[in-house]
Amino acid sequence: MMDEGLRSELGKQGIFTTTLEELYNWGRKNSVWPLGFGLACCAIEMIAASMARWDLARFGAEVFRPSPRQADLMIVAGTVTKKMAPQVVRLYNQMPEPKYVIAMGACAISGGPFKQGYNVLKGIDRYIPVDVHIPGCPPRPEALLHAFMKLQQLIDAQALTGGSRPRHLLPEAPSEFLVPEYGPHDLEPPKNPDVWCPPVVGGRET
Amino acid sequence: MTPPEPSSYLVLALLLVAALLFGLTPLALAWLWARFFSPAKPGPTKHAIYECGLESRGDAWIQFRSGYYLYAILFLIFDVETVFLLPFAVAFGGLSIGGFVAMMVFILLLAEGLVWAWQKGVLAWK
Repeated sequence: MMDEGLRSELGKQGIFTTTLEELYNWGRKNSVWPLGFGLACCAIEMIAASMARWDLARFGAEVFRPSPRQADLMIVAGTVTKKMAPQVVRLYNQMPEPKYVIAMGACAISGGPFKQGYNVLKGIDRYIPVDVHIPGCPPRPEALLHAFMKLQQLIDAQALTGGSRPRHLLPEAPSEFLVPEYGPHDLEPPKNPDVWCPPVVGGRET
Repeated sequence: MTPPEPSSYLVLALLLVAALLFGLTPLALAWLWARFFSPAKPGPTKHAIYECGLESRGDAWIQFRSGYYLYAILFLIFDVETVFLLPFAVAFGGLSIGGFVAMMVFILLLAEGLVWAWQKGVLAWK
């Protein structure tokens, strides 16, 4: 590994150095293909972000794929009803590794205005690992662009080897997550304990 | 006629090798990369048929009802025939007798289909 001082010195002389890991991450972070997948009103903002005015193509992410087999990123754009949750998790499972999730909007991260209701999942992070959460109801396209830049930073910092490498490079880490069943009263199970545990505030689960 | 020089064929062979390498090298690199860095993670849901997130039911090899042939006939009569009738009308003045007879045969064949469909009661709105 080259130290940073020598590297910047070489850079001043016009010699560009890189590592395999950086090259790999540079390629990956600039071609994150999202799954064409909208659940509610947030999807309209997602569509706006992909069009000419906000132009998601600048981040190499304009290719919304119609099949999970070709997608790298799932943007959970909108309200996840309990009836829809099994399908969302199944689609996530069908995406090849490495895969990332952006939970877009108040509903996708927590249930939003429907949190006290009976039929909306209180955050998709109860079943699948979410990389970036965006608040807002709905978030503006700028917020989605910000989430994209955050995701690019996250991908850029991922190590290829060693103990801190990401989930998709660990042979024992799962690629598939538990798909809940739509039961008579609630989703069964109501959460995946491997992915999510309830936050404890003042000795009480919220 | 002199036979072509062997070197002109050699260029073709070299091009073939270059083309093969051009295609196979990225594939080999991707395979090596996957072997050393990226563990395979197969699974039942991942390998399942993609049906918009739903579980697929039944067999993909289903039979279509042969009854749909009626729609095919009506489509030919009212849609495809019109496409041919327009140029026929435009070119009518300068048409040879052979062309006229061929067109009449075509129209008659489709008119026969229309009569048959009419008799079957397909055109009645139920």
